[in-house]
Amino acid sequence: MTFDQRAAIATPVLDVQHLTMHYTVKKGEVQAVDDVSFTLAQGEALGLVGESGCGKTSIAMTLIRLLADNAKIVDGKVILAGTDVARLTDEQMRKHRWSDISMVFQGAMNAWNPVYKVGDQIWEAMELHFPDMVETEGRERIAELFELVGLGPELIDRYPHEFSGGMRQRAIIAMALSCDPKIIIADEPTTALDVIVQDQILRELKHVQETLGMAIIYISHDVAVIAEVSDRIGVMYAGKLVELGATDEVFPHPKHPYTYLLLASTPSVKGPRRKLAPLEGEPPDLLKPPTGCRFHPRCPWATEICTSEEPPFNEISEGHSVACWHTEEVPELGRLEG
Amino acid sequence: MSATGNRPLVKVENLEKLFPVGRGIFKKANQFIHAVDGVSFEIAPGESLGLVGESGSGKTTTGRILARLDHNTAGSIHLQDGEEMLDVADIGKDGMKRFRRRVQMIFQDPYESMNPRRTIYDTIAEPLQVQGIGRLPEREQRVAELLEMVGLTPAENFLFRYPHELSGGQRQRVAIARALVIDPVFVVADEPTSMLDVSIRISIMDIMLKLGEEFGVSYLYITHDLAVARYMCDRIAVMYLGKIVEIAPTEELLSNPMHPYTRALLSAVPVPDPGHARPDVEIKGGISKAIDPKPLCRFLDRCPWATEQCRTSDHPRLVEMEPGHFVSCYVVEQSR
Amino acid sequence: MSAPDLLEGTVAASEEALWRIRLRLAWRGFRKGWSSFVANRIGLVGLTIITLYGLMALAHPILMHTVWDPKIYDPVVGYDAPVTTKVIVPDGEVVDIATQVDLFSARLINPMLKVGETLDVTEQPAAPSRTHLLGTDPLGRDVLSQLMYSTRAAFMLGIVAALVTVGIGTTVGSVSAFFGGIVDTLFMRLADLIILVPFLPILIVLSALFHFELLHLAILIGVLSGFGGTAIILKSQALSVSVKPFIDAARVAGGGRMHLIFRHIIPNVLPLSFLYMMFSVTDAISSEATLSFLGLLNINMSWGIMIYTANSQGYLLSSASYWWLLLPAGLSVTLLAGSFYLVGRAMDEIINPRLRRR
Repeated sequence: MTFDQRAAIATPVLDVQHLTMHYTVKKGEVQAVDDVSFTLAQGEALGLVGESGCGKTSIAMTLIRLLADNAKIVDGKVILAGTDVARLTDEQMRKHRWSDISMVFQGAMNAWNPVYKVGDQIWEAMELHFPDMVETEGRERIAELFELVGLGPELIDRYPHEFSGGMRQRAIIAMALSCDPKIIIADEPTTALDVIVQDQILRELKHVQETLGMAIIYISHDVAVIAEVSDRIGVMYAGKLVELGATDEVFPHPKHPYTYLLLASTPSVKGPRRKLAPLEGEPPDLLKPPTGCRFHPRCPWATEICTSEEPPFNEISEGHSVACWHTEEVPELGRLEG
Repeated sequence: MSATGNRPLVKVENLEKLFPVGRGIFKKANQFIHAVDGVSFEIAPGESLGLVGESGSGKTTTGRILARLDHNTAGSIHLQDGEEMLDVADIGKDGMKRFRRRVQMIFQDPYESMNPRRTIYDTIAEPLQVQGIGRLPEREQRVAELLEMVGLTPAENFLFRYPHELSGGQRQRVAIARALVIDPVFVVADEPTSMLDVSIRISIMDIMLKLGEEFGVSYLYITHDLAVARYMCDRIAVMYLGKIVEIAPTEELLSNPMHPYTRALLSAVPVPDPGHARPDVEIKGGISKAIDPKPLCRFLDRCPWATEQCRTSDHPRLVEMEPGHFVSCYVVEQSR
Repeated sequence: MSAPDLLEGTVAASEEALWRIRLRLAWRGFRKGWSSFVANRIGLVGLTIITLYGLMALAHPILMHTVWDPKIYDPVVGYDAPVTTKVIVPDGEVVDIATQVDLFSARLINPMLKVGETLDVTEQPAAPSRTHLLGTDPLGRDVLSQLMYSTRAAFMLGIVAALVTVGIGTTVGSVSAFFGGIVDTLFMRLADLIILVPFLPILIVLSALFHFELLHLAILIGVLSGFGGTAIILKSQALSVSVKPFIDAARVAGGGRMHLIFRHIIPNVLPLSFLYMMFSVTDAISSEATLSFLGLLNINMSWGIMIYTANSQGYLLSSASYWWLLLPAGLSVTLLAGSFYLVGRAMDEIINPRLRRR
């Protein structure tokens, strides 16, 4: 999984700067995403990993501007194709959505309308973005996409219930690709699938990405999946990006306590059986997040400063950034042998 | 098929569960799904057996049958009860009461497996209440004890909460407390960690392991995740389309998988190490359904090694290839 | 939600009796439900109206024993026909019925009278005045007294009908869902039958055949509701509860059928039952009004009877001039029935999210 970062960073296809998003509930404002910054280079695979409530899906929805009514972007920029899409109106965003950046939603494979053929539903999406396209042209394109994701062309005229789970997910990916986006966000693309099907889908996605030279943001709580598919990894906790760096670098040498504990608490079929470090406590309430570093209540290395001052997100080595006051405490993980 | 030579705690022989397909009021079903199709295994006292498989493998159905939530259509289950082995299919009401005292279950969904209108105390005390064990002050004592043991301390803070006030991880701890409160000998755990956040999974599994040892409980741990099965179980049985295709001690299975399905499954599991290159997954086609299968090897359509013998013989029996390591595959058998 | 941010008043189980704790928990639950209910305007409006009518019902016996002379103010047998002096005006020029009378009607009493003279008229029904705030009815009885007295009947009717509906509907629904098979089929076909037959015509036919009093009507409505549409809805709710894993968990714990139905299924169905209970009150009150209006009910006083009286004495068509004969009673039926509906709707919003809460 080698990737020439230096060259790619020069022309990022997505530039997220200090993105902050809150949503309002009866009790107050939930600080779902707080001061997140990262770039995405062309053709790169970035993995966002974190547990439920960490904000990874919120970020995805913010990037593609499909937020609920009670959500608002409080601060920051999202620069896509030269425009700050965070500031656009919904009308304006529609031009970018699906054709510049598209998304495979969590559980999307169950979102197919059961009464329409799969091909028709994909054509519907394409029609909106290519009003001049003729249906025959559209069908040709869909057939190409199906081939790309490993589905036979005869499936275009079938109904969703005739597809298996894995096939539906592939069709969803085809739909996300239908308008030629430069970036695709895949939110838990394989969570509901069996492991053998998951393997196939992940390979498909990699193949698609390489063929089309597309950038992809993988979102998952599954650390192992992210390790496999991403060139770079961003670790999220309680709405904040706590660590960002090359996967090859972060896994053996995590610099944030949460990263270390997350990786160390993942059971695996390789490596030592039970040398794992459980993470105590629960993720915080984002209505009133902890003062200072949001991870301090659960951090084994927290000190005074961690409770009062938020650590800045600093680059500690080439391409590797962390937000922690005590990165030197974090143990090495090394490789798994076996 | 037991790990030790002693008398097993649970002995399952040729367990079968058929579900009718396409039934009308007047029409009798003529097609059946063979959800569980001749499954046999033993669990020793204090042992933890993992039942691993993908969806449609029959693992959940097997678990439910062992907990008597569903009834098998053929085969037998025996549970050790003092000197004798209780035949679970033939026990009558008193026997059922003894059964419920000794066999409990932990469910997958921490949100739906608790009555939202009952307090935590009610939920954990339910087995005691329903089976008429102990009197009120003793029950309260016992429930508080269990809460402390699963790490929900101080117990008073949790006793009279409602499920919706607890997190997923806390609820699963309550589920463990409920399963162990009457001191069972055998617990069926149906994917208890699959709906929890990754970082709390091992704390739940650690509680199960620790208390399992303290209480002397055997587990049947059902999961689709080989990594989790590795963490929890002494032995692992791999299921495919209602049959056990391989069963072996954990580390032996993972370091020396023999059945082509096990090998495919193992090679498909992602590893949290970016430097690790996974071998190709050798398997053809997609998941099949076990509707009235032919008596051939169930894995035939997907097997990369299928031979003439496989195409013309019955589904292979489980054969002991290494001590304690059983595989059902003609090709593997021949390779000896 | 973490453990620390929980309750005030934590108790060690061994220090306090279980029942007292449960009581406190129930009270807390009630207070929480109450505050969400109050936040909902609709419910508050409904509840206010119900309270006002409730006060009226309570006030009536007090008034009868203190301020009001039973001979005049008794809703059924009171009599008062105040005498008013009116000026005689030419035919067709009556502007104010309270102070004027036309020549033709005056001549009916005394053929010698002429325009401009006065006539003492015995008013029956009498328009609202200081002694009779809502006037009197064609039989000389005080309308306000009647209105307040009937409130009691309306509440009683509503409550009995509601309780019967809840009792029957919940039981039928839960049993149907739990046992399935032939029990389920029987109850559901019964429900279909009841829904099939129009509600009001059935009531009319039955009340024509039998001697119906208020209590009978209340029970009948409760039974029809309970075995009818409500049973289907509550069964569907019970069914969705019965497939939840916690039912399996209770089974594994050793719970038998009775335990499952009464400790698990019914408690989870009851909130919905209470909701539908509100709607059945609405049905009951409006059905009674209709039946009384048609003269089919054997009761001595209710809002429906008030309208019936107005009609049978021929005042229905002159309801513009004799508004106090129709408006108070008619409005009360609508308001009280409607207010229960509003409360039901507000409760709906509280109950549903709670049931779906994760």
